[in-house]
Amino acid sequence: MTNPYMSTFNIQKLRQDFPNLNIRVHGKPLVYLDNAATTLKPRCVIDAMNAYYVTGVANVHRGVHYLSEQATAAFEYSRQVVRQFLHSAKVHEIIFTKGATESLNLIAQSYGRHFLKKGDEIIISHMEHHSNIVPWQMLCQQAGCVLKVIPINDRGEIIFEEYLKLLSDKTKLVSLVWVSNSLGTVNPVKAVIEAAHKQGAVVVIDAAQAVTHTPINVQELDCDFLVFSGHKVFGPTGVGVLYGKEKWLEAMPPYQGGGDMIKSVTFAGTTYNVLPYKFEAGTPAIAEVIGLRSALEFFQTIGWEGMKQHKEEILDHGTRTLLSIDGVRIIGTAKDKTSIISFVVDGIHPHDLGTLVDQEGVAIRTGHHCTQPVMQRFGIPATARASLAFYNTKEELDILAAAVKKAQAVFKQ
Amino acid sequence: MRDELYQQTILEHNRSPRNFKKLEGATHVAEGYNPLCGDHLWVYMKVNAGGIIEEAAFEGSGCAISKASASMMTMALKGKTIAEANLLFDEFHKLAIGELKPDQQPNHLGKLTVFSGIWQYPARVKCAVLSWHTMHGALEKTKTVSTE
Ligand SMILES: Cc1ncc(COP(=O)(O)O)c(C=O)c1O
Repeated sequence: MTNPYMSTFNIQKLRQDFPNLNIRVHGKPLVYLDNAATTLKPRCVIDAMNAYYVTGVANVHRGVHYLSEQATAAFEYSRQVVRQFLHSAKVHEIIFTKGATESLNLIAQSYGRHFLKKGDEIIISHMEHHSNIVPWQMLCQQAGCVLKVIPINDRGEIIFEEYLKLLSDKTKLVSLVWVSNSLGTVNPVKAVIEAAHKQGAVVVIDAAQAVTHTPINVQELDCDFLVFSGHKVFGPTGVGVLYGKEKWLEAMPPYQGGGDMIKSVTFAGTTYNVLPYKFEAGTPAIAEVIGLRSALEFFQTIGWEGMKQHKEEILDHGTRTLLSIDGVRIIGTAKDKTSIISFVVDGIHPHDLGTLVDQEGVAIRTGHHCTQPVMQRFGIPATARASLAFYNTKEELDILAAAVKKAQAVFKQ
Repeated sequence: MRDELYQQTILEHNRSPRNFKKLEGATHVAEGYNPLCGDHLWVYMKVNAGGIIEEAAFEGSGCAISKASASMMTMALKGKTIAEANLLFDEFHKLAIGELKPDQQPNHLGKLTVFSGIWQYPARVKCAVLSWHTMHGALEKTKTVSTE
């Protein structure tokens, strides 16, 4: 049986949409395997942002003149596109931020400081990105809350029973990464959310890596908040999204004060604007918001089925090819895993490996990937990480494997 | 083309680092840490009453560049005065960031010029200078040095 969706997944055609894939690095064709850090941008995103600057630059929500109205319409249309992408019930549940990091800080400082009290508990996991650790530590210091951490097993999966044990009526908030950026683990977010809700705790989902992995329906998930960054879903840097349930966003105080977030300002007092503007103080990243719309539209035309199958194939191929090399060990072997191959090579520090494979045109990330507790859990200083996007190919993973072997040869000299 | 970074000398020092031990009776000790890479090392020196570095050693873990650099540094320090060590620190630092061209400018670097190409690898400069900053910190009596 041929898969009807597969015929629409034409990787060679898709690759042509990414100008960056044509560049050469140290005289070799670029093999870009650092998609968890940031994804490449398709031409339509670059064009959409250019078009704003070339033909329509104006501020939003401020002018009555033609260009400002155009810019405002384009900006608000992007919000509609994000709403559809996340399937939120209401368009004003979509707040534009600088990125996942700012979204998480917003939740911690606005929701957290308003609703959490001394002795309340916050649960995160051992595999969180620093951006889903530090804002909660700061909140704990400010409000006297207590941070609890769900342990992970040797495969890099959260230990669900331990999570259930941590949950109690003291738990007020659970914040969990959906897809781990250093291990590739896909967390059982639905079950985590259900269990938390039974205790009356709200749940924040860090979907920074999940947005390219799976369709998202925040209503079905029933998460209270969900965050992601535009630049990890083929959009520009400088823009991200916070989804929040209307009832929370309404009850939360503003995060920053300034223009756009107010209804009226007098020295006697200020009334705040309605959602979503209450949380969007100041001139936003207009071109970036427009670019994000273009990225999401582009991404959704690819088709999940064909893309998913292709990504599973290249992950499997890359994993097997790397494991066939003597001395290579993979960190993160969860049963439900996607797109990320974190590995270490006997006798070669990841940084040396990163430099040596870079000579071959291969871009991987080496280091702790902003997840130092994960490195501590596995007793290693760092890993090399190949992170895949739909435009990667088996041939590119073969080039990575050859580059790893070449690095081993250098170190055996 | 960039200069080859992983030259024989560097690979060899990585494989069998010299003076790779804790130095008993050290007069100067400091800890160096590079949070970005996880490179982590201690530098020990024994400075005698005449201000001469009688012995230098290091231990810890890190990439080949940081290890080879530390190993070669401990060799270079032996017998130097504190003033000479500080001068060498200054020269090595300039070498690593590409401000000192050893074939054009007089210097005391000797074999350490094997690191003359490292400035072409900006992300790796801090690996090469970690042990040097740590040594400098030890002489200045700074306990912990970080290259972030
Ligand atoms: C899982 C995860 N969460 C959060 C972030 C933070 O994203 P940003 O730096 O775009 O705010 C990242 C980015 O590395 C990530 O991978």
